[in-house]
Parts: sequence; C-alpha cells; structure tokens
Amino acid sequence: MRTNDLILQTVTKVILFIILLFSIHLFFAGHYYPGGGFIGGLMTAGALVLLLLAFDMKTVANILPVNYRIMTAIGLLFSIGTGAGSLLFNVPFLTHAFNDVYLPILGKTSLHTAVLFDIGVYLVVIGVTMTIIQTIGEDE
Amino acid sequence: MSLLHLAIVSPLLLAVIIPIFSKSIRQIHTGWFVLPLPVVLFSYFLSFISTTSHQGTVYESFEWIPSLGINFAAKIDGLGLLFALLISGIGALVVLYSIYYLAKDKEQLGNFYVYLLLFMGAMLGVVLSDNLIVMYGFWELTSISSFLLIGYWYHREKSRYGAQKSMLITVFGGLAMLGGIILLYIMTGSFSISEIVAQSDIVLEHTLLIPAILCFLLGAFTKSAQFPFHIWLPDAMEAPTPVSAYLHSATMVKAGIYLVARMSPVFAESPVWLWLVGGFGIVTLFWGSFSAVKQTDLKSILAFSTVSQLGLIMSLLGVGAAALHYDGIDDNVFTVATTAAVFHLINHATFKGSLFMVVGIVDHETGTRDIRKLGGLMHLMPVTFTLAIIGAFSMAGLPPFNGFLSKEMFFTGMVNILKLDLFSLSTWGLLFPVLAWIASVFTFIYSMKLVFRTFTGKYKPEGLKKKPHEAPLGMLISPVVLGSLVIIFGLFPNILSHNLISPAMASILPSLLSPGDIFDVHIYFWHGPTPELFMTIGVVILGILLYLTLPKWEKAYHLLPEKLTLNKIYDRGLESIQSGSFKLTRFYMNGYIRTYLVYIFAFFILILGYTLYTKDAFVIDTTNVSSIGFYEIVLSLLIVVATITILFAKSRLTSIILLGAVGYTVALFFVVFRAPDLALTQLVIETVSVALFLLCFYHLPKFKKEESKIPFKLTNALISIGVGAIVTAIALSANSTKLFDSISQFYVDNTYIRAAGKNMVNVILVDFRGFDTLFEICVLAIASLGIFAMIKLRLTRGKEG
Repeated sequence: MRTNDLILQTVTKVILFIILLFSIHLFFAGHYYPGGGFIGGLMTAGALVLLLLAFDMKTVANILPVNYRIMTAIGLLFSIGTGAGSLLFNVPFLTHAFNDVYLPILGKTSLHTAVLFDIGVYLVVIGVTMTIIQTIGEDE
Repeated sequence: MSLLHLAIVSPLLLAVIIPIFSKSIRQIHTGWFVLPLPVVLFSYFLSFISTTSHQGTVYESFEWIPSLGINFAAKIDGLGLLFALLISGIGALVVLYSIYYLAKDKEQLGNFYVYLLLFMGAMLGVVLSDNLIVMYGFWELTSISSFLLIGYWYHREKSRYGAQKSMLITVFGGLAMLGGIILLYIMTGSFSISEIVAQSDIVLEHTLLIPAILCFLLGAFTKSAQFPFHIWLPDAMEAPTPVSAYLHSATMVKAGIYLVARMSPVFAESPVWLWLVGGFGIVTLFWGSFSAVKQTDLKSILAFSTVSQLGLIMSLLGVGAAALHYDGIDDNVFTVATTAAVFHLINHATFKGSLFMVVGIVDHETGTRDIRKLGGLMHLMPVTFTLAIIGAFSMAGLPPFNGFLSKEMFFTGMVNILKLDLFSLSTWGLLFPVLAWIASVFTFIYSMKLVFRTFTGKYKPEGLKKKPHEAPLGMLISPVVLGSLVIIFGLFPNILSHNLISPAMASILPSLLSPGDIFDVHIYFWHGPTPELFMTIGVVILGILLYLTLPKWEKAYHLLPEKLTLNKIYDRGLESIQSGSFKLTRFYMNGYIRTYLVYIFAFFILILGYTLYTKDAFVIDTTNVSSIGFYEIVLSLLIVVATITILFAKSRLTSIILLGAVGYTVALFFVVFRAPDLALTQLVIETVSVALFLLCFYHLPKFKKEESKIPFKLTNALISIGVGAIVTAIALSANSTKLFDSISQFYVDNTYIRAAGKNMVNVILVDFRGFDTLFEICVLAIASLGIFAMIKLRLTRGKEG
C-alpha cells in the first residue's frame, strides 16, 4: 500500500530529532516559559506518531521496543511518589520544595521537586497516547 | 498506634508479605511461616485475662477521621477478649492442621494463607473495635475473605455457587447493619459502642428503636446463619475443611452472636429484642437439627448442626435478656441463660472444631465424605474414632463432656423463662422449652449418626478412592488438643468461669452489676433431680429409640416439596433478578452509540436547561467585554464555515481534515488571546488526534453511498440545536456572572515567591493544583488501559470462537 513515502521517510529521519529535542526543551522550560510536562509529552508523542506514519508499526516497534503501558505506570509512580515523598517530611501531600544549587558546568540552578512530578506527567502522556494509537493501529 | 492496634492488623500485614515466602521458598510449606503469628497473638491476648477478670478494660484509640467521629478505637473487655482468644487459638490449630491437609506441591498455598490471614485480621478487628464504623469495615472484610476461601477451589462449579451465595446473603445483612449503625448515630450522635451503651435509655425511648433493632438483627442473623438465612452455610462447606472448621463453625459465624451480645446492653431491655433473638434462635435450633438428620454428607451434617448450635446460643442470648427485668443478681434465675450462652460458645468451638477436623481426616484418608459409602473405619483409624466419639457425645450433651454441662444449663434457662410474667412469656413462652427439647432429640440422633455410620458397621473398601489408614501425626495434633479441651472443660468447668465467662457476661449484662461487682459463676456437675436432668434422660432414651428406627421414619423428610425449599426460592429469586435486570437493560441499551448519544445529550439539555431556568441564571452582561477585533471575526467565520462543511462532506477523509481545520483555528484563537501554553497544547493535540482519526478511519467499514443521503431526523436536529444553544447560554451566563472575586491575582502574586516559577500556567498545573493533575493523569492511564483491554480482549475472543 505504501509506495511513495520516500520523501516523508527522509524528512522524518531529520525532523524527528528536532521535534524530540524541542519537546525536551519544552519540558524543561516549563517552569519559566511556555511548556511543561503535558505539552512536552504530547510533542514527543507527536514525534513518535510521525514516525509511525512514515514507517510501519513493526519497524517502529523494532527501533523503540518500549512497553508504553509500563511507561504509563512508571509515570504514575513518579507523580504519586513525589506527592507521597512530602509526607516523609511531615508536610501535606504534594507539597513541593525547591532550592538553588551550584552544579558543575551548569552553574547556579534552581532544583525543584515539581520537575519530578512533571516527569511523571510527561511519561504518562506519552504512555497513554502511544498505548491508544498502538492498540488501535495494531487492531486488524 | 499502640501495640494493641498492631496486634489487630498484624495478620493483614503478614498477608502482604506471605506471597513472597510462598513464591521464593517452595521447599517449606507456607503454613509454617503463618503459624507463629496466631500463637504469638494467642499468648498476647492471654496476658489480658488478669485485667478483664477484675472487670478492667483496655482502651486504645487512634484517630482516623476525627471530624466524623470515626476513630480506630480498640477495646478489650471480657467479651472481646473471649472472641480474640477463640480467633487466635483456633486459628493457630487450624493453620497447623492445614499444613498437613493441603499438599504443598498441588495447592496455591500463597492464596490460601493470604485469605486466611485476611480473615483473621478482619475478625480480630470486628471483636476488638469500639467504633461501629470501623467494626463494620472489618465485618465486611470477613464476608469478603470468607467468599474467597469458599471459592478457593474456584474451578469447581459448586464452590463458586457457594461463595456467591454466602457473599450475597452476608453482605446483604452487613448493609442492613450499616443502616442500623446510622440509625443509632442519629439517635445518640456517636459511633462509639461505649458511648452508645451509656445512652441506652435514650435509644430505648426513641421512635427509631424498632428499625434499628431489625437492621442489627438482620446483620447478625445473616452472618450467624439463622433461619431463614441459614441456607448459605451448608453450601459454604465447599471450602477446604480447615476453613470450614475455622470460619464456618468456630469464628466467623459467631460474629453474629458477638454482635447480638455486644448490642445487648443497648437493645436488650426491649421486648422486641427478647422475642426476636430468642424466637429466631430457637426456631433455627430446631430447624437446623431437624435438617441435619437427613443429610448424607458428613460436612453437611456438621453444617446443619452448626446452624442449629448457633441458634441455641442465639436463643440463650435472647432469653438471657429477661434478667434485665428482674432486680438484683444474687438470686436472679435468668442470668443462667447468658452464662450458658457464653459457656456453650466456648464448648461449641472446641467440639465442633475437632469434629470438623475429624471429618477432614476421614475425607483426606478415604477420598469421600458420603456417609453411605463409609463404615467400619473404627479399626483402621482408632485415634480419629476416639476423637469423633468425644466430639459427638459432647455435641449430643452426654456426660462427662463439656457439652453436657452447657446443655443442662440451656435447659435450665429455657425452663426458667416460664417463671417470668412479662411480654406474655408465661403462655407463649412454653414453646421455648418444648422446641429446645425436641431439637435436642434430633441433635442426639445426628450426633450418633455421624459417629456410628462412619466408624462402625460394615467396612466397604470398594466404594473408596483411597486405601484408608490413620492420619499422620501432625494432622492429629489439632483435633487432639481440641478433644482434650472438651474433656478438661467438662471435668473442670470452673477454670473458665472466673477468667472468661464472668467477664464476658459483664460485657453483655453490664446494667445488672453495681460497680466493683462481678458475676459469681459456678458451674456444677450435679444439680440433683431437677427437671433439666429428666429432660436430658428423656433426650437420650427417645434419641436412641429414634436413631435405631431411623430408616423407618426417614421418608417423612420427603413430604416437603422440593419447590418450596428455601434454596429453591433463593435460586429462582436470583435467576429472576438476573433475567429481569437483563431485560430492563436491554430495553434501553441497544448497542448503537448514536442511541446512547441521544440519551446523553437529551439529559444534558434537560438538566442544564432546567437548572438555568429554575435558578434564573441566564444573564448577558456586556459591560466588561472588550471590543471584537478583525482577527477574531475572521477566525470565527473560519470555524463556522468549516463546521458547516463537515455536515455536507461526502467522504470521511474530508470530514477529518475539516475537523482538524476547526481545531487548528481554535489554536489560532489562543494565539490571538496570547495564551501560548494553550495554543501549543491545542496544536499538538489536534495533530495527534487527526492521526488517530486516520487510524480509526482505516478500520471503519466502507462509507456507503446509500448512507450519504441521511434522512432528516427531527429529534436529532432538535437535540443538536438544543445542545448548542444550552452550551452557548451557559458560556454567556458564566462570563456575565461573577459570584466570587477572581483568584488570578493570588497566582500572580505567589507564583514566583512560593513556587519559584515564572510560568503561571505550569506552576498551577504541577504545584498549586497538583492534585487535579495527579487525578487527570490517573484518569488518562485508566482510559488507555480500558481501550487496550477492550481491543485486545475482543481479539483473543475472536480467535477462540
């Protein structure tokens, strides 16, 4: 059925990494500029969908042998774990903490537990989107 | 959290760990890891005897939901301690027995012990909580763990049937009890049992008294298998025998008894209580023993016998309430019924526990429990035979076993009721001793049948699956312990009277005691030639006669037509409920998504329109509205045009692209309104969903030409216009009505100071309203798993078919 998607495939090979990098940028920028876990996750999922459209399911599954359901679970674990972690410090569930830390190379950086929470969101969004698309796509 | 709380939940904690043991250490039977816990618990609870025997109590509270008055309050008093000892003591013996009963290489031991521990913890929770809501939680957990244990051999049809039946009946009762708890809360404003007991005079005068009593008794009667709810207990015998010995004779079915005893201080002064508890108890006693005689399966005999013995204890508790109408305790002849109830509770646990284990041994060594195939096992299994004699003779009420003593006291209690000139007991009360006596005759008959049909008579090896021999030593330990207790309690009953019986009575009948007083319980072997002695002699003589002539009158049991039995009524009731609800559902669930959409949207319009109308909420206020710019007009026109074009699209591809266009235009709107986060999200979402639509589109059937001319449908048109109108109206009104000050200033002020972020939207998402996000991603995850499950399951089923 697919005969004439050489152009799409070639472009995808280049663009994919740009989108992925951009999505990671969006993810980390989230706290100060537009972006965040939700958008970052969606963008990554969008990149993967592009990959799916350009190549077929099997090829993509070979390149990225990821079980997206487990990815969803890990994401949930991250988010709930971050929330529950605050209980250990005797503050209400989901209380975040942040501090400025001097890291090598990066210099002064603000570290924030919200990032951990956002990683959870990021993973869940990718996991959910890809699970749905994969399941429906594989259904024959 | 105190040590007592830890003791209560320790079985539940162990239940979490035990699967690891059963998986990783396969050489050792999992039961050995479980066994230490009940032993430790038993000795721990024993240490409280010195406290309770001096009328002391131990109270530990742990705040759970203090705003609703729900605290995990644990209280040890005489009654609770007696039950806790039974649960942990019999529990230890049953676990030991099960190690030899369940083969480690054939059974799923992990599951078994998890369920058993779950039950043990739940049961301890029931008898030691002072808070009714907490007790209710544990109460339902006992129902669930009992369900799991009955259905342990889930590949058997009968196990599943029995499990479902017990679940339906006991949970029904549990819910009724919850209703009773709420009624009590309305009356007294407290969930704490101690506080409710202190206010019992308010409860007794309240108009809700009778409904509350009925609700509680429904809970107690279903759990303790009282007539007519007893039908689940015989079917529960599909569980492995250690479970039957533990749950369905010694502990869980006594939870109902516990509940009645526990609530006695609140309700017992009401005549309704006396008549209901006593009446249902005595009828159950009679019906259970009557039905037990006709059974041919050893476990069925024991099941019906348990039903009848539970009825006996229940009736004693009911009759014991008469003592409250009589002043003083020194010459109070009615307290003997309560004494007998507590005493028989202990005795029943010992002899019935050992009998169940004996039956389990017979089943294990011969491969059958059918009394018609068994016989002559006496010489092959001498120890088991001796144990069976001890248990059955005690059950029949023969000296010198403990059953004799409590049976005598039972008769005393029943005869004494005639002396009371209250609630028309002096006339109708005659039924109590008469039924009690007849039931005892039947008890005698089935006890004899149980022993002599199995162990004497002709040995029939051809009908047995295995070659019978004596059970291994480990399997005999537990029944031997229980059997010796039967004899010890029979010969020296007074070791129990001060330590356990008297404190338990103090919990059941507290109002009879002045402070510092105790019930002076003394159990005598020989009372002289009293009516009860003659009643016992009569039972023995008539029992022997009837047992010997059993084949001649057994046919009388077939007089009651099959169709009218309670089991048939239950089965047919269940079936008609199922088919009825199926029909009702089929009436509106026809399988077409478009029909469901019609329902959903119709209700949407009705409810929201109604609310808008009645609350007078529709307002249009244009004072705060900014002027409409050029871009906004263009974009809205674009959306309208694209939407209308969808309606006339001839192919699916066009529709999808048009829908995408609508979505992207909305994203542009966000750009115009300077909301970059939303714009980005909308853009990516639109991209992904267009891809998704394309995928789905690939799977849909061909777009048929005939369908392209969809006939105009008035209802659908009305509904679609209605939904649009309502949503528009709500949006306009929402914008025009400001009930509260906007919260946005809070975020503007605090985003950087409190959350160290500059992007307000994201800080709200992950920090200020992190809970929302957390639940949203949970919903997303559930939805994706749902889609995955639906599609994958359908695929596998398709392959099978």
